[in-house]
Amino acid sequence: MTDTASLFTPRSKNNIAGSVGIVTPERIDFNLPLQLECQRVLNGFHLMIETYGNLNADKSNAILICHALSGSHHAAGYHSEDDTKAGWWDQLIGKDKAIDTNHYFVVCLNNIGSCHGSTGPTTPNPDNDGKPYGVDFPLITIKDWVKTQVMLSDRLGIARWHAIVGGSMGGMQALQWSVDYPERLRRCVIIACTPKLSAQNIAFNEVARQSILSDPEFHHGRYLEHGTYPRRGLILARMVGHITYLTEDAMKAKFGRDLKSGKFLYGYDVEFQVESYLRYQGERFSENFDANTYLLMTKALDYFDPTRDYADSTLSDEDALTYTLARTQCQFLVVSFSTDWRFAPERSQEIVNALMANHKPVSYVNIDAPLGHDSFLFDYPRYVAALKGFLEAPFVGKKSRTTNTPPNKNQPKPKLNQTPSQPNTEQSEINP
Amino acid sequence: MKIDDKLAEQWIKKGAKVLDLGCGDGALMAHLQAHFGVTGYGLEIDSDKISTAIARGVNVIEQDLNDGLGAFTDDSFDTVVMMRALQAVKNPKSLLLDMLRVAKEGIVTFPNFAYWQNRVYLGIKGIMPMSDTLPHAWYDTPNIHLCTFKDFERLCDDNGITILDSAAVSDSPLPKRLPSFMHASFDSAIKAMPNLLADVAVYRIAKRRP
Repeated sequence: MTDTASLFTPRSKNNIAGSVGIVTPERIDFNLPLQLECQRVLNGFHLMIETYGNLNADKSNAILICHALSGSHHAAGYHSEDDTKAGWWDQLIGKDKAIDTNHYFVVCLNNIGSCHGSTGPTTPNPDNDGKPYGVDFPLITIKDWVKTQVMLSDRLGIARWHAIVGGSMGGMQALQWSVDYPERLRRCVIIACTPKLSAQNIAFNEVARQSILSDPEFHHGRYLEHGTYPRRGLILARMVGHITYLTEDAMKAKFGRDLKSGKFLYGYDVEFQVESYLRYQGERFSENFDANTYLLMTKALDYFDPTRDYADSTLSDEDALTYTLARTQCQFLVVSFSTDWRFAPERSQEIVNALMANHKPVSYVNIDAPLGHDSFLFDYPRYVAALKGFLEAPFVGKKSRTTNTPPNKNQPKPKLNQTPSQPNTEQSEINP
Repeated sequence: MKIDDKLAEQWIKKGAKVLDLGCGDGALMAHLQAHFGVTGYGLEIDSDKISTAIARGVNVIEQDLNDGLGAFTDDSFDTVVMMRALQAVKNPKSLLLDMLRVAKEGIVTFPNFAYWQNRVYLGIKGIMPMSDTLPHAWYDTPNIHLCTFKDFERLCDDNGITILDSAAVSDSPLPKRLPSFMHASFDSAIKAMPNLLADVAVYRIAKRRP
């Protein structure tokens, strides 16, 4: 819907011309109670979304982007001419890029529970005089997010996504889609992901949570009502997280043992460059992120297990995943990065092996990239070639008898805040 | 399409589940998928070839054949294909046995080291052979386990592998230079003396029944 790159001249401080251009987020309201996995109900919610490129007449060219822990709906382009920071996946989304907006209508949303505009701990709670939800915001799971994304798909009239793409926690959402709503996507791209967190992953998350929970400014999660926020806790949480996103080699290359002042000061102020970097990252993050959201997001990660509702708990992890993925009907691309130790290539291979055990269509690439888990954010040529090739390749998955609604040239653009027009998902049902 | 790919195509049943070891740019799998309703995967390590195969709509898994086929369960494929990769793997014997664990049948092709041109290089010139089929210098070659038809057949015999079919083909430009009336006699000559006259071997193999 926003495709104005050519209207703006490039500026040195940003690269609007090389992006999808100036984009405007939209707010979409859902005035329905949302039953959550934790058994609580959210009385209505809203989602912030951005879209890039144009939806075709039969609505078959839509790609959904799912964001990771700190991401948002702002995946590509800029918010104004003076904006210096492009969307978080600008390197991969745009004209002629891996996710090519010449061909595809790209939708990215901010998940509920986040703090970038969609309903979450910082938005007003209608049941509490419009005070921020804060700690009263329910714990959200990956499955809940997918449920809200399905509601968004219905609102947009998209019966079947051309592809659902996500990195890290976004990959978990894509994977969950493929098992919960198998008939609603043709392609699933799971990047730098894992079928579930390891004990070590959970341990790092717990350190991050304890940093926040033990900050005296946390006030049992009601810091906004106290006019303060747990800045120290959030900084610490991010510092720990950041270490797991990078690698030993990347840190060595970037900082080595370099000292800021060139000599030991025999104290506890910042001395090594790496300390300075981590503190800077933590501080910058703490200014733009909400502590309750951080807690909620790490919990959603810990709880993630796509096999939970499908496989018998007596099965081994491997068998449970194989059993669960038998439900899927899309074709998969799984991407890992050689130096990622947060979600190592072996974890991606577990997904690949479970799919192959079911003889499901899947391709797998392990990209040689130096930046660890964070690598998924960058446009390494091999990564771009695999992703672009996969999205544009002929469909080899199961064919549905009738796919999306038949093309209708007079079809109006979806009006987002109307009563949802239920797309005909029965029609796109695969196996008769 | 190489001539051994054409032969392989004849031996693969319609709608078969196929595993292609060292699938390259996915040309064979794409062809089999499009024309024979075959499904399956290609395994490859060359990153550029993987990208091409993916863009063709082939399922390709980035994996080193030297790591074995542990990800695949017994008898999960109808046919496993390995075109001109046997000579480049670390342990051809264990890979062959692993192939026949995951599939009912195997199709294997490899360059024949006893091909007459190779014999000329070794026997007369006294240097390691180089040709269209074996284009690498000895110090810079991925082909670490070169063998002849006879060697391969002995390996099969020693390890309970039955040869269901075999064909000897020639990649080399020689037949094209012959006048057309001689082609038939060249073909029969290859059949009579494959170990000498054919530069590529194609075998269809299976586990020997007890």
